[in-house]
Amino acid sequence: MTRTSVREVSGASRTGWLTRNLGSVLLELVAGLVMLFLIAPIIVIVVVSFSSANYLSFPPPGFSLRWYVDYLNQPGWVHATILSIWTAACVTVIASILGTAAAIGMVRGRLPAKRLLNACILSPLIVPGIVVAIGVYFFYVRIGLIGSPLAIIAAHSALAAPFVVLNVSATLYGFNERLEQAAQNLGATRWQTFRYITLPIIKPGIVAGALLAFVTSFDELIVALFVSGTGAVTLPRKMWDSIRFGLEPTIASVSVLTIIVSVLAFLSAELLRRRTLRMMARESGHAA
Amino acid sequence: MALTTQVTAAGTSSPGGEERRRLYRRILFAEQFRYALLVAPLIIYLLVFYIYPVASMLVQSVIGEDRLTLQHFGRLFETPVYWRVFMNTVWLALATTLICLALAYPLAYTMSRASPTRAAVMFALVLLPFWTSILVRSYAWMVLLGRNGIFNDWLSRAGLISEPLNLLYTPFAVYIAMVYVLLPFMILPLYSVLRSIDPSLLRAAEGLGASTQQIFFYVVAPLSKPGVAAGCLVVFILALGFYITPALMGGQRDVTLAMLVAQQLDMYEWNFAAVLASLLLFFSLVVFLIFDKMIGIERMFAR
Repeated sequence: MTRTSVREVSGASRTGWLTRNLGSVLLELVAGLVMLFLIAPIIVIVVVSFSSANYLSFPPPGFSLRWYVDYLNQPGWVHATILSIWTAACVTVIASILGTAAAIGMVRGRLPAKRLLNACILSPLIVPGIVVAIGVYFFYVRIGLIGSPLAIIAAHSALAAPFVVLNVSATLYGFNERLEQAAQNLGATRWQTFRYITLPIIKPGIVAGALLAFVTSFDELIVALFVSGTGAVTLPRKMWDSIRFGLEPTIASVSVLTIIVSVLAFLSAELLRRRTLRMMARESGHAA
Repeated sequence: MALTTQVTAAGTSSPGGEERRRLYRRILFAEQFRYALLVAPLIIYLLVFYIYPVASMLVQSVIGEDRLTLQHFGRLFETPVYWRVFMNTVWLALATTLICLALAYPLAYTMSRASPTRAAVMFALVLLPFWTSILVRSYAWMVLLGRNGIFNDWLSRAGLISEPLNLLYTPFAVYIAMVYVLLPFMILPLYSVLRSIDPSLLRAAEGLGASTQQIFFYVVAPLSKPGVAAGCLVVFILALGFYITPALMGGQRDVTLAMLVAQQLDMYEWNFAAVLASLLLFFSLVVFLIFDKMIGIERMFAR
């Protein structure tokens, strides 16, 4: 509330205005500084990744793509990138299928111990990463799966599934079940009803969940640190190893690439979710 | 659900009686059974690849040579080091939460009162770091604070220092990076609560003669409590179990519980690593349940 009435402005000097609105001015100032704090480090990373210098310097003496070329010329980085992409793709498929089915069952069914089931499904969101990591580490050591991409895929799918369940559930809550009943009354089989009625309606939720599942795996580090061994070095794991070794600008260029992937995925998921919310609002508007 | 109620209604009102009712009940059961079948694959998957591993890790903390034992927990009290690590972790989480709250509130408040365009731009600028991975964000601060990093480069070029300062691998570095990484988790719930406050309440307070400060302390602040609670919970729980940032940026004295778990694992002290992990899990769950009693959980996951 910047409440400066006409009387106040006309009657007071400039310094008088400042003292009266000191609160608002300070507030804006603090907000601006916090904003700067949030965004500056990312800008620095992006700029440094295009630096032409051998050392870290901001602003850099000149610009070049040498650190991106360097990234592409190192087989270690490229292999890690490819591994991360296909691991995340497998996680996306597993988490989307299991998560979508579970969301339908959880929202529609009246199952016993529903709260417990829900807690199980959502718990990866609160259990500290390190706890999950050493749990699965012990497990994989016992069954000899350390260093296998399968180990990472299996663990990441469990971590990613809640995002699919949450997003699909959200679309199901706004779903008019009469549409399904109408289809069945008209002679559609269960599968046809699902394929031609339910699926198209909940598709934005599935896609949003799938995108989040992809990033969850693509950016995940802690589980990967413990179970990737030497055979399944994912991109975050490779970044971790390099950062511990030194802060070379190549890592900045890789960082920028991962930022682009995450932002694209999150942004699409967010836009899909907004569209669903708008559609649901319109739907309930019609019903009223 | 609509179908169920229709069927039950038909079942009870029909004169056909007992046999028919039993048939309907069977149909309803079959319907529920199908839903259970849909949930089952995910639950089984989680049991095998997540719940069983974590549970057996917890069991590992009480397994002795040939029987169950609490001796591994006894090790916690052998040296004061572990107690110090525990307190260090709690203190770090608490301080991070409070600093985040202090920084996030003014920003969220300003955002909630900004014009739609300005609010949208600010929102996007909050989401950008939020969407960037924790590893990359920690790396960004290492680039800024490192011995050959950007701050040292600036300071020496300005002639203020002759030797690079040791900023990295200090508690200062850990705090600043932890706050940086967790700040969006505080801003988002705060913003969503502050934005939903009905502006007519503020106008009413103003019309009744309240000053800006009074409006804030008597109207805005109480109404924003759920957002404060949600933000604090998320930040505190995440900070408690934090591994990446302190492990990368902390010195030898800034060990957290999660780092200690990893260290013990490297030393093949599996049972003791399990003890520490159980402790961390237990503590996180307690904090979570306390908050859950105070506010609903569900809304917190609206990421």
